[in-house]
Amino acid sequence: MSTATVRVGVGRMVRRLGGHGWLFRVCLGVLVVFVAVALLAPWLAPQDPTVGDFADTMAGPSAQHWLGTDQGGHDTFSALLEGARTSLLGPLGVVAFSSVGGIAVGLFSGWRGGRVDAVISRVLDVLFAFPSLLLAILAVALFGKGLGAPVLAMAVAYLPYTARLVRGLTAQEKTRPYIAAYLVQGHAPAYVAVRGLLPNIAATVLAQSTVNFGYALLDLAALSFLGLGVQPPTPDWGAMINRAQSAVLAGQPLSAVVPVMAVVVAVLAFNVVGERLGERGTR
Amino acid sequence: MNASLLEVDGLTVELPGTARPVLDAVTLRVAAGEVVGLVGESGSGKSVTARAALGLLPPGARRAGRVLVGGEDVLGAGQGRLRALRAAEVSMVFQDPRAGINPVRRIGDFLTEPLRLTRRWNRRRAEERAVELLAAVGLPEPERQLRRYPHQLSGGMLQRVMIAGALAGEPRLLLCDEPTTALDVSTQAEILALLGRLQRERGLGLLLITHDVELAAATCDRVYVMYAGRIVERATAAELFGRPRHPYTIGLLGSTPPLTGPPARLRPVPGTPIGLDEAAPGCAFAVRCAFAQAGRCDQEVPALLPLVDGADGAGHAAACVRLAEIPSPAEEVRP
Repeated sequence: MSTATVRVGVGRMVRRLGGHGWLFRVCLGVLVVFVAVALLAPWLAPQDPTVGDFADTMAGPSAQHWLGTDQGGHDTFSALLEGARTSLLGPLGVVAFSSVGGIAVGLFSGWRGGRVDAVISRVLDVLFAFPSLLLAILAVALFGKGLGAPVLAMAVAYLPYTARLVRGLTAQEKTRPYIAAYLVQGHAPAYVAVRGLLPNIAATVLAQSTVNFGYALLDLAALSFLGLGVQPPTPDWGAMINRAQSAVLAGQPLSAVVPVMAVVVAVLAFNVVGERLGERGTR
Repeated sequence: MNASLLEVDGLTVELPGTARPVLDAVTLRVAAGEVVGLVGESGSGKSVTARAALGLLPPGARRAGRVLVGGEDVLGAGQGRLRALRAAEVSMVFQDPRAGINPVRRIGDFLTEPLRLTRRWNRRRAEERAVELLAAVGLPEPERQLRRYPHQLSGGMLQRVMIAGALAGEPRLLLCDEPTTALDVSTQAEILALLGRLQRERGLGLLLITHDVELAAATCDRVYVMYAGRIVERATAAELFGRPRHPYTIGLLGSTPPLTGPPARLRPVPGTPIGLDEAAPGCAFAVRCAFAQAGRCDQEVPALLPLVDGADGAGHAAACVRLAEIPSPAEEVRP
């Protein structure tokens, strides 16, 4: 029965996703391509982007380097493909941590209500006041550069968005009669909250997480641009933009423009998909 | 011994920010095998009374009085005891099955989850029981229904599912909160017949909450009439039909088309029920009552007094200070 459930669920989801218009479908396609590229990057990349050829720096597009090279002679196309891995893995970590934490906090707060809810809401308000980037920079200062510290810091900074959304939805959904019906059946409140209520608000929460993904990608790219995130030679879109500064000044902006385009397209696609999923959820 | 399954004794419930109590000294009893009606307009406190029996009062409610289910105090019960009570003793059928059943889970989940989680039954056993229950409430092809989602069923079918779910724990007391209000007229009769059959077969105590006084009189053994959080009249169905005593009951009967007999001109009860933000120093019905006497009805809160001497708290009673002076509509109106 469980396999049948899964099959029906996936089929229904695909049919549902098809019914959002061409923009949604294009953006979803873009996201699928990005994820595929990230997964297959080592096999797709024509050259090793960590190895620079100093005899061939800041070159324009050619048969050998499709998108040219940067000031260190690294192949921009290969770096773009490999960079998709770290550039998408970071936001994925942020979204995963912030969603799990946010759902837990929001569900608990909204379900309990009263004083517990008031205290948690004020704590979330305080967290809201911290700019995510500042928190991430603070974490880097404390724990060192790399992907781990900023991702964790940003997960904490993004948690309130999901938590507040889940809290509001929970408080609203909790008054619906089916919740009372569950309680009347003798179920434990924790069970009713997680198995009964959560599936009903999951679509909206998923939409928020998708939008969060776009913002996290942008923030992490900014952090890498500042040189605080992923360290060279690991390819990363933000770091690529940072290193391409001298190339831009030298009149060869291609190695900067390419990762910028990748960031913009990815964030845009995530926002469109997330927004449409949200409309679906609230309808 | 005629032990009460549900005993509500002087239950008063006050919510913060309201001028009058939601429930004011409500006393009612439901014995095993008895169908009891609770009749009143929207906001009269019918549903709150039923919810109190399940320990489902809104948070922040101040309460006084006692609610006993099977002799056990509900208001003072802890979370664990309350859960056990809900799982085994008392169950509820909600008004709108569309809202009362989780739309994203299957019918089978709705029916088997309580058995699997509160009774630790395995899936097979719980599903067999669910099929039995669906057959008992008259759903065709019960095995297939288990795999379906609520939106694939009609309102009437879904209400049957809700009733099946309420019976899953073999409760002795069933609370029905306007079980037919959200349904088509043709389906209403079927659901009521089903409830009546199940009640007789299983010897359930049944509390039927409705705003339809004719319906209550036709299906119930005894009826309580509520107005603005107070019980204003208590009677057997025959007494209520034959000799309604409280002006509000008389008004309700006069404003409802009779189920049988020639249609008479309907006389609506003038005015609107008082809200929770209005306090009435005397009788809450006084402002709408044709018999109200200034200086008396608007000053004095009438007590629910038995009309028959020696009544043990179940006989005909009404809460009106002018009871002796009010003519009950003559018996010739209703056979």
